[in-house]
Amino acid sequence: MAEPVEAPPSAAPIRLLEMDDITLRFGGVTALDGVSFHIDQGEILGLIGPNGAGKTTAFNVMTGIYRPTSGRVSFDGHPTSRLKRYQIAKRGIARTFQNIRLFKAMTALENVMVGADARHSTGPISALLGLPKHRREEEAGRELAHELLDFVGVRGRADELAGNLSYGDQRRLEIARAMATQPKLLCLDEPAAGFNPSEKQALMELIRSIRDRGLTVLLIEHDMRLVMGAVDRLVVLEFGRKIADGTPAEVQNDPGVIAAYLGVDEDEMGEVDDDAS
Amino acid sequence: MSGTTTAGAPRAPRRGALLDGVRARLRKTPRWAQFLFMTALALLCYLLPLLELPIISTPGTDFGGVLFTVAVYVLVAVGLNIVVGYAGLLDLGYVGFYAIGAYTVGVLTSQHATWPWLLSLPVALGVTMLSGVLLGWPTLRVRGDYLAIVTLGFGEIVRLTLINTEWLGAAPGISSIPAPPSLPLIELPHLDWSTGVPLVDFSDTTTFIQFTVTDPVPFYWLALTLVILVLLADKRIKNSRVGRSWEATREDEDAAELMGVPTFRFKLLAFALGAFVGGIAGSLFATRQTFINPESFTLLISILFLSAVVLGGQGNRWGAVIGAIVVAYLPERFRGFEQWRVLVFGIALMLLAIYRPQGLLPPRRTIRAQQMRETEESLETADPTLVGRVATEDGDVGRDAQEKGEDRG
Ligand SMILES: Nc1ncnc2c1ncn2[C@@H]1O[C@H](COP(=O)(O)OP(=O)(O)OP(=O)(O)O)[C@@H](O)[C@H]1O
Ligand SMILES: [Mg+2]
Repeated sequence: MAEPVEAPPSAAPIRLLEMDDITLRFGGVTALDGVSFHIDQGEILGLIGPNGAGKTTAFNVMTGIYRPTSGRVSFDGHPTSRLKRYQIAKRGIARTFQNIRLFKAMTALENVMVGADARHSTGPISALLGLPKHRREEEAGRELAHELLDFVGVRGRADELAGNLSYGDQRRLEIARAMATQPKLLCLDEPAAGFNPSEKQALMELIRSIRDRGLTVLLIEHDMRLVMGAVDRLVVLEFGRKIADGTPAEVQNDPGVIAAYLGVDEDEMGEVDDDAS
Repeated sequence: MSGTTTAGAPRAPRRGALLDGVRARLRKTPRWAQFLFMTALALLCYLLPLLELPIISTPGTDFGGVLFTVAVYVLVAVGLNIVVGYAGLLDLGYVGFYAIGAYTVGVLTSQHATWPWLLSLPVALGVTMLSGVLLGWPTLRVRGDYLAIVTLGFGEIVRLTLINTEWLGAAPGISSIPAPPSLPLIELPHLDWSTGVPLVDFSDTTTFIQFTVTDPVPFYWLALTLVILVLLADKRIKNSRVGRSWEATREDEDAAELMGVPTFRFKLLAFALGAFVGGIAGSLFATRQTFINPESFTLLISILFLSAVVLGGQGNRWGAVIGAIVVAYLPERFRGFEQWRVLVFGIALMLLAIYRPQGLLPPRRTIRAQQMRETEESLETADPTLVGRVATEDGDVGRDAQEKGEDRG
């Protein structure tokens, strides 16, 4: 894992990620419209909003899948616009997917080891010759992978094919795989989708313990009640625009947010499962 | 998972349990025993052309020559398996690399220079690898079906270039390609089974090691040695970050990229290494034949190569080996049915596609996955309510799987 980087409580928080006036259009659809927000090191930031608000799109912009039509993303003080997707991952942004995207025909352990490989550099020659560096990296990757599988709670299924794991285990495995890249920022896209209330609660515990390991977490979640209890700060999107940004208490009383969510039952929202990514 | 991924064709009952059983038992044996077994197997392979065992020997054709061809096909299949099986890149023009390997040897040893074969080999491998990179550089950015078409074109372009280039011998090709250096040490007799009991036949001997046009056995030994080396290298590279990156790319290129895998670079590497192995096979072919011409490098050969990999079970090196043996050996063994060869082969492939679509010897995971699915299915029929929930929850995942094509692993 990354070194636990705890911002000293007195000092000003360190900006880890900055979205600056991001606009993204798909033909006629404006998925993000001048959105700006930031993430401080060590916090859990919730990103909420109704279906189609642009949450997943925001993830896709951060991780380099889409280039914004205008605006700038900077991570750890550097702009990411010129980086390739795998380079952004190596800089320290890892993510999970709203629609689980594991390497299904690989084992759970191998999935996580692929993540761990992001920090390794073994090439074909050192693998072929069995050089010490290769063996060290294999060993370290395997160890980290086992540790993370335990950490997220996919115990004893390391050698199972990822595609054969239960739905919940697949979701947790995705988290382990992302964490194995040893990111600074972990982005979770509706990790609790399809979970029952007790599973959701357990997941929130997990997210807090991820933060305790020194990671910064960005969480997309539909279930308002759940988010309120889990995050330090919230950003609310609606129709591609940011309509609120603040602590859960502030956001909860924001008239714009209330209007956006008016008439939408929370539980109902929690179950809506969309495939827009 | 279950509900959606299996919703394709109804699954036929599992045959081929024998192969799986053998393998499962092999896996459980201790390491030293496995090593011993493999060594014995390798030794047997070396002795095969001298033993001339009655049932497996080929009547009418020189058994040593058949074995050489089989070994070359095994090399090709193992190389192509890196590209198709591990990295999931459908390459329909693999014969192009085979041709480039053969022709580089031809040009350097006979057509325009008189290098010894051994010296031309590393150059030939360098050239094939480079051609792999040159083909991959622009094409590996396109996906799936397009890649198949582009590589198909590549194979044909190589062949047409060979036909139309005077410098490369045009249609008649290149002849008088020299043999590898000989080191005659001892004469080894073959066995003679014509009386029903094995007799040592001192009138039929192979010189260890003398490469001559009349005796293919030393060529077979050379090819077999290279097969073993390539298999060992393949195993090491597969069980490393490189192999994992290939598989991750095959499974989900975007997800792999976002986990820090430079997918383009690894696809290019798969192409280069695949080409390298194809080049070895081509160089061997050229030196054994002593002559080469564009006729030997047709699209049909590419398809035969690919069918060896698919037949054996993509993604498994031993599957590729068995596939190559089936493709190269069976037609030689049953030469009497010459006219029926293609038909029988076609029917065999069809039967395989129906009863064992994942290939004769798919990666062990595919087997385990299938067993799991079967147990899950039997559970599901028992508890329909549970299934409903799971299936709806990950409907989108299932669709993903179908888009990507199932059972690639
Ligand atoms: N690749 C794309 N091409 C065209 N339109 C897109 C694309 N990706 C997203 N969109 C559109 O952008 C808008 C925002 O989608 P996005 O997936 O970001 O929403 P979301 O907030 O994640 O919603 P949900 O809660 O349903 O996951 C939607 O209108 C969607 O249709
Ligand atoms: Mg979304």
